[in-house]
Formats: sequence, C-alpha cells, structure tokens
Amino acid sequence: MTLSPANEALAAEIIGWFPRPRSALIPLLHLAQAQDGYLTDEAMRRVGELVGATPAEVKGTAGFYEMFRFEPVGTYLVNVCTNISCLLWGGEELLEHACESLDVEVGGTTDDGMFTVEEAECVAACTEAPCLQVNYRYRGRVSPADFDRLIEDLRAGRTSIAGHGVLAQVRQSIPADRLAGVVPPEQAREAPVWLARNEAGASG
Amino acid sequence: MDGAAVEARPGEMLIAACERSGTYIPRFCYHSRMSPVGMCRMCLVEVDTGRGFGLQPSCMVPVSEGMKVSTDSEASKKAQDGVLEFLLINHPLDCPVCDKGGECPLQDQTMAYGPGETRFVEEKRHFPKPIAISETVFLDRERCILCDRCTRFADEVAGDALIHFMGRGNHTEVNTFTDEPFASYFSGNTVQICPVGALTAAPYRFKARPWDLTETLSTAWVDSLGSRVAVQASRNRVLRVLGADADAVNWGWLSDKERFGFEALNSAERLSAPMLRDAVDGDNREFRQAGWGEALEAVAGALRATSPERVAVLGGARLTNEAQYMWAKLAKGVVGTDNVDAQLGDGLDPHLVLGLPRATIEDACRPGGTVLLVGPDPKEELPTLYLRLRHAIVNDGVKLVEVTPHATGLSHLAEHSLRPSPGTTARLVAELVDAATGSGPSGDDSEIEAAARSLREAGEGVVVVLGRMSLAEPADVGDAAARELSRLPSARFLPALRRGNLMGALEAGLAPGLVPGRMQLEDVGDGASLAESWPRLPDSLGLDATSVLRAAARGDIDVLVLLGSDPLNDFVDRDLAYRGLRGAACVVAVDLFVNDSASLAAGVVLAAAGPTECDGTFTNVEGRVSIMSRKVTPPGTARADWMIAADLCERLEPGSTSGLDSPQAIRAELAQISQAHAPITEDALTQNPMEGVLLAGTGATGEAGGWRRSGRPTMGRSPVGRTEPATGPAGREDPLEELPEDGFLLITTRTMYDDGMMLRHCPSSRGLAPAATARINPADTDRIDIDVSTAVRVVSDFGHIEATLATDSGVPAGSLRVDWLAPGAPANALIAAATDVTVVSVEAR
Ligand code: SF4
Ligand code: FES
Ligand code: FES
Repeated sequence: MTLSPANEALAAEIIGWFPRPRSALIPLLHLAQAQDGYLTDEAMRRVGELVGATPAEVKGTAGFYEMFRFEPVGTYLVNVCTNISCLLWGGEELLEHACESLDVEVGGTTDDGMFTVEEAECVAACTEAPCLQVNYRYRGRVSPADFDRLIEDLRAGRTSIAGHGVLAQVRQSIPADRLAGVVPPEQAREAPVWLARNEAGASG
Repeated sequence: MDGAAVEARPGEMLIAACERSGTYIPRFCYHSRMSPVGMCRMCLVEVDTGRGFGLQPSCMVPVSEGMKVSTDSEASKKAQDGVLEFLLINHPLDCPVCDKGGECPLQDQTMAYGPGETRFVEEKRHFPKPIAISETVFLDRERCILCDRCTRFADEVAGDALIHFMGRGNHTEVNTFTDEPFASYFSGNTVQICPVGALTAAPYRFKARPWDLTETLSTAWVDSLGSRVAVQASRNRVLRVLGADADAVNWGWLSDKERFGFEALNSAERLSAPMLRDAVDGDNREFRQAGWGEALEAVAGALRATSPERVAVLGGARLTNEAQYMWAKLAKGVVGTDNVDAQLGDGLDPHLVLGLPRATIEDACRPGGTVLLVGPDPKEELPTLYLRLRHAIVNDGVKLVEVTPHATGLSHLAEHSLRPSPGTTARLVAELVDAATGSGPSGDDSEIEAAARSLREAGEGVVVVLGRMSLAEPADVGDAAARELSRLPSARFLPALRRGNLMGALEAGLAPGLVPGRMQLEDVGDGASLAESWPRLPDSLGLDATSVLRAAARGDIDVLVLLGSDPLNDFVDRDLAYRGLRGAACVVAVDLFVNDSASLAAGVVLAAAGPTECDGTFTNVEGRVSIMSRKVTPPGTARADWMIAADLCERLEPGSTSGLDSPQAIRAELAQISQAHAPITEDALTQNPMEGVLLAGTGATGEAGGWRRSGRPTMGRSPVGRTEPATGPAGREDPLEELPEDGFLLITTRTMYDDGMMLRHCPSSRGLAPAATARINPADTDRIDIDVSTAVRVVSDFGHIEATLATDSGVPAGSLRVDWLAPGAPANALIAAATDVTVVSVEAR
C-alpha cells in the first residue's frame, strides 16, 4: 500500500525538518514500515517521489539496514542471539527450541502470521545471555520454558509488545524557535535561530 | 615515486599522476571520467607524507608536495595480492564461458599482481545467472566485484540511478528496483566499463573472443555529434562498437543507439545489389535484382533525357564528406541542378548553420559558462551532448537557460525554463534577447526577465545550442530566433542538427544555393578553382525539400534521387511527401534498405555501403572532421556512395572524375576548391586521429557574409519556387487566443528510439520505441471529456493518428505533444508544410 492520507501529512512534516528532502529518506521508510509492517514496493516508490530519489536508490538504501523488511513478517518478530556469549549460555538450543515449538524454520513465520523467528548476531546484551528480542524489545536470560511462557502470554494477549515497525519514534514536536535550521547549507544566509538565541542569552 | 622525482598537477589523484609518469597501478573501481570512491582497494600503495610509509588507496589520495610513494614495495605487493585473493573469494572463475575472458581486468590483474592459488575452500555465493536488467543488458551477480562503476555511471554520468547496490556486507549485489528495468539511453556504457564479465549486452553475448576481434577507430554515424568509436569485427562482421575517449567530444561514452546501431548493418534485409522495377503499381511492380551496369545506365538515361531543373536530390546526411562532395559534384557540377537538399524540411536554414559564429562542445561546457538551449531535447536527439552538458551543469557550475517546446531531460537542472506555446517561440526569444541586452522593458518579475538576468550576468560568450524545436512549427521560426539571438553580445552557436553527417552535407554544398566550402552559388566566379574541376554550374537557384516535393507533386520533377532519405517518414508533411514521391517520374533510392518511400515509389534502388564499410571522414556539429574507417566489406555488390556518384558522373560527362579514385583523392580535390576544407590534410587527420581536425567557424556565408549582412541570404537570381517564409511569426497574434474550445496546438519532437528505418533493423532496439502517446497539460483535462490512459484519435485538418492520452506537466497548457515517429503513428500525417501552427483535436476511439 502506498502512504495513507494521515501518513502523507506526517511525511510532509518530516520532510520539513530537514534542509534537503533526501535527508528524510530513512524516517519516511520507518513511517512506511510502521504502516504496513514491511516496505511495500508502492510505499518505496512513493517515498522516492517525496524525497526525489529513484525507487532503486530507495531500495538500495533501505537494503543496507537489516531492520527494514521487504517481505511481510509475523506480528511478533523474534530474534534469537547465537553470538558468542549467548552461544555459551544456550543460545543455539534456545533457537532450536523456538523453531521446534513454533514449527518454523529459521526465518520462517508461523501459519497464523503471529511469529517470525530469526537468528541474530550479538545484540549487545551479552550480560543477559542467552537473550532474544521480540520486536526489538529485549528479553534476557531466557530458558526454553521462559520462551514457551512468553509465547503463550503473547498469544493470549496477556503481554503486549508494540509492532515491530514502530520502533523509530519519528514523531517530533519542535517549537519553531528551536529548529536547527531547515535551509540547505549552501543557501543559509544567517545563523539558525537557536544559535542566535543562545548567543543572545550568553551575552545577556 | 619509487625513488624518482615526478611532477604532478595540483589536486591530481596519485593513481593518475603515477600513470602519467609511466607507472600503472592496478585498479578496478577508479575511472578517470568519474569521481573516485575507493571501493575495491586494488590500488593500495605505500605512501609517506611525513609520518612514515603506510598503505593508502592511490585513487583517493591527491598528490602533495614532497609525497613519497612506493608502488612496488613488499607491502604494496602484498596488499595488492591480498586484495585480489579477497576479490576472488566469491568470484566464480567461470572465465572459459565468460565474454570478458581475454580482456578482463580481473583476469589480467590477477595474472600480474595476484596469487596463483586460492586458500578459500568454502562455498561461494550463488545467484541465478544472468538476469536481464534491461532489454539489452544482462547482469551476472556472481561475477560482480562491487566496484561501483556501473552504479556510479548510472547515477553520476547518465543521471538514471536505476541500478543500485542492494543489501549489505556479503549480501551486497547490484540490482534494479522490482519491475523497474535499467531503461537508460546510456546503459551500454556500464557494459563497457565493468571490469569483470558481470555486465554483458545482448548484441555481443557469446559472439566472439576478444583475441579474434580486430579494431579500427571510427566515428559514430547515428547522430550529428560524431562520437568517436572503436569498431570491432571478426570474420568480416562488425560485432561490437565501443566508445573511444575523445576529450573534445564524447569522453568515451556513447548512447545505446550509437553503440548498438551497428546491428542494422548486419541485417539480412540489407540491400546487396541494385534493384529495378518497371512500374510502381499495376503490372511489373516487383523489384528485380539487376547488375550495376544496367541500374546505373537506367539512372544515367533518365538524367540525360531530362533538363537539369527537373532533377532533384534529397538527403545525404548518411554519407561521408567525400561521398557528399561527389554527389554535390554530380548534381550541381555535372547534371547542373541546384534542387539539392540534405534536410527534409525538418532542420535549420543551411546558410544560418554555416554562417553563425560557431561554438565547440568544449565552449559550451566551459566551467562557469552559460548555455542557452533553444531547440529540441538534447537527451533525445544528441544524447552524448546531453551527457557533456549534464556533467558541465552538475559539476562545473555551467548555467542552463532553456527555451524548449516542452520539458527536456535537462529541465530539472536548468536555471530557467521557458516554454513558448507553438507559434510564439520567435516572439518569446525576441523578448528574452531584448531584456537580456537591456533594449526592452525590464525590471519586472516575469520568468523572461529572470532568464534574461542570467544571460546578462553571463556577459559575453553565451553559447547557444540552437536547433529545430517542434517540427509542427515552420523552419523559419528557427531562423527568426537565431536572428534575434545573434544580438546577444559575442554569442556563439552550437547547431543541434539531428541527422548523421548533416554538417558535412552542408559544408559540401548539399543545399540549395550552396556549393562546397560554404560558398553561395552566385558568388562562384569564373576563375574559381571550382569552375576548373566542375564541368558546369546550375543556371538558376534551386528548390529546397518542400518545394522539390511540391514541384514533384505537380509533375515537374522527372528524376528524384533519395540519397538515403525517407521523405514519407522524415519530411514534415506526410501527404505532400506521398504526392511528391508518386508525382516524380523516376525515383532513384540510394540506400542500405528499401525504406518506405522507396518501396512506395522507387524505380531504381542502388545498394549502398554502410558506415563501417567505407573509408571517409565525418563532420560533426562543431565542424570537427574525423575519420570513418572501413572495417568490413559491404554485402554483395553494394558500393560506397562516392563510387556510385563517380560512376554516374563518368557516364554523363566522361573525364569529370579523372583521378578521383579514392576518398583521399576526393578529399584532396575538395581541399583544393574549398577554403573551408583546406585544413583537412592527410597529415592533420593522422596527427590527431582521436580529436580530428576542427574547421574554422566562419566562411563565405559567415560572420561578414550573407546571412549576417542581410538577415536572410540574398540570392541574386530569382529563386524558383523557393518556399516563402510563413508570416513572420514574431508578428503573429498568440495562437492560443484563437484556439477552438476543444483544440490543442500540436507539438512534435523526436525521441531517441522511433520507428525509423535503421532502428527497425536493430534487433536489440526494435522494441524500445515508445508507443504513440498524446500528452497534454494536466490543467487541460477539463477541456475534453476523455479519461487519461484511454485510446484516442488525434485529428488535424490534414490527417489523424491514434495514440493513448496522457498528462504531462512538461507540456504547456493548450498544447498537445506527440512523438515524431512512434510506431504506427507518424506525426507528419497531422502537419501541412509551412503552416504556422497545427491545431488538433482529440476524439475517443
Ligand atoms: S556489475 Fe561490474 S561495474 Fe557493476 S559493480 Fe559489479 S563489477 Fe562493478
Ligand atoms: S552475544 Fe548475544 S547479546 Fe552479545
Ligand atoms: S581503484 Fe582505488 S580503491 Fe579501487
């Protein structure tokens, strides 16, 4: 799907935050992913139009970042770490258990569309090994039994975790006098307002 | 460098400075015509700038005073060896089945700098091989070493960022967006610069091994820019054309049309012998193959049987300079007719083209300069010039002001874009020049004033790229505009001529009223050397293409020679072309194929040799003369155009071509009779084979000559049926005001791919001509009750074509744009020659 009217409006606002439209590319991709759960071709085309990039450039840029998805994923994206610390503490077994109990391959999604299981490299929570993320929210020292409980809770709605696409908080509210300057550098004739204000404050 | 002192230019990259002083540093990603990116690390050398030696990528390090470089130290060698081993980790080493094998930088540099053995025993990465990323280009991602050359070219040089790196780390690959092919006019360049066999193009895939190819330097023939090319052939067949890096012209780049256009020359439908038929309809209308003697005698007989003013020659841009001269000599000097026109009512006044002060491509691209484009879209008509201009605008601060009938490929880079609606072009140009020279009202905020300000700021030396704008406007709009533009102080002009060697044709006198060397027919004195080598001269001034076809339609032309021209498709008025072709008693076509016009009307077809099949020279829009070389023999008994003319000369006037038995001999005669051609000596041509010889920009009709002096060429003798200029467009009311409620003013311009004869015979480009589309401004959709994307009929007083309706904000309101020669929808069916504006309406089908 391309961007909804509400997201179009938000996109216009986001573009306004930056000196050059192209700088808004990544935030707009977050917006599109939050909307659809992954980056649809239509959304990437639209984002390209908005920021003045070709669809190939948009996809090429998005593809650099693992957290942008090009295929639908489950409501809950489960990343199990199998890097060194987690490995030593049973990460491999945890991953195996996850796949077995959910009846999916690594990278697969359950039939009901609830869970996608992936293998992750170190997520920088080695002290909590073995660890996993659900929609990029951390769970540490997870035993197979903990895992089963987590899945049950999520299925039953006892626990809720925000959708995986909404991780980046692209919404902002910045008063006009605190904006960093939205004029392309080569066109900037005067210092940004906040700088002027700070200087005025310092001298005053 | 390696212990020796080397001088370098400030800012020069180390890799280039070393190369200039004789040391080649291996590289994959570095390309001297693109910005350095340091992707491949192949060029690592040890550099010491005062802190001791360390490895640095020499393509990313600018030289500095006193820098020490060691290109062959143990560390440098080990680094290069290591990089190669690394690059080969995922490379499939399928050289035996790879088209690049034998000319592959990866192969060559591995042999020279790399390890003999790999230590990598793991599984390599695999991709489906190869995938088509466009109609012509194939990508094998397994072979790709991620050097960023193709993607950089697409983005930086062509401005078509349709391929891009996707993914990250060892998942990185080059690819297109889903269902969005690499449909760039310049896609073939990526194949040429890919340092491995990852990118291949359909016309050459699995055709030859590099060591079986022989190569010759030549000049591209499909448009008038004269890009330098290397023509490569094997077993008497041209298999590949590569861009040669002429600094003054094409920088090594080519459009796909220049690159793949050779395919037509290999077509099985090429004419391989003369053909005759006794009737164009009724009985005996099938062509039959004939011998050269019979065919040429048929033409000579027809020429003998009539009087000179009943003979006409149309076309000639396909020919080499030498062949053009011979045809000028045949027509004007032997037959004695001045009814000769290389343009088909679709160009500019030849006196204008020859007379205006000339600019080179280099002048147009000079850093900080200003270019005024008054003409067609360079991306469509002169694609390599587009690349040069684009580079100049993006990188060298060149400013572009454009006055074009619709948005062009450069519009998004232009400082100002003015879009006169049809019929108002000359007036708008006049206003612009008035404002720019301060002779008109100024100070207002209009777009014209803003554009004029840019021209004023540019001061002296604006380069005007001047071409025919919409072909639905009469040719004298261009004349009027040029007259106005020459009031700009020191403005110089780069004519945006469309077809092949048209500049050469005009220089050779293939236009009414001209003889070789930019001389007016009437100025040729008795003592002139021309009078010595030409048996006679025409008695009266001749007709241009429009008048020729009118006369032919009236039955006043007995012999009409189509010198590689196809009036039915190329002349601005299809109906008149049709009537003219049918009305001429004998139509003779000299061509590579039986084109539509010949098939309609020719009684004699003479098989000509193609551009890779004969020697000669080519003159580009700057007046740059460069070599065209014969690489293969023509099919069957097809002959070089100059031979055909020479044979006819001899049949009509024995002895008139004595000694003219080679292109060199013809060049020598031309240089003798024409001041303008005097600099083209064999020495000059061999001295700088790449850049050629630049002819001086003014001649007898030049700055002090006819055009400048009088505004229009003054012809002493009364012009016979010369097309009278339409009412001075500058004086007209705005045609928009008289437009009927559902009417549109027609705009038609050429596209790179169309239904022209040569492209029809190129397997790889045949499908690329865009389908007929009628484009209107989005604001105009209310004026008609038809939905966008539906099939419509575009109707004028003279004819109709079928197209699909579309909106395009680049088309001015009130206008409707169609492409010139879309398959099945020739725009010239809508136009009558010499009408000021063509009003069309749109009907649902
Ligand atoms: S396809 Fe060729 S040119 Fe493009 S990145 Fe790969 S190796 Fe370089
Ligand atoms: S190894 Fe798993 S979080 Fe670092
Ligand atoms: S050539 Fe220098 S890094 Fe590739």
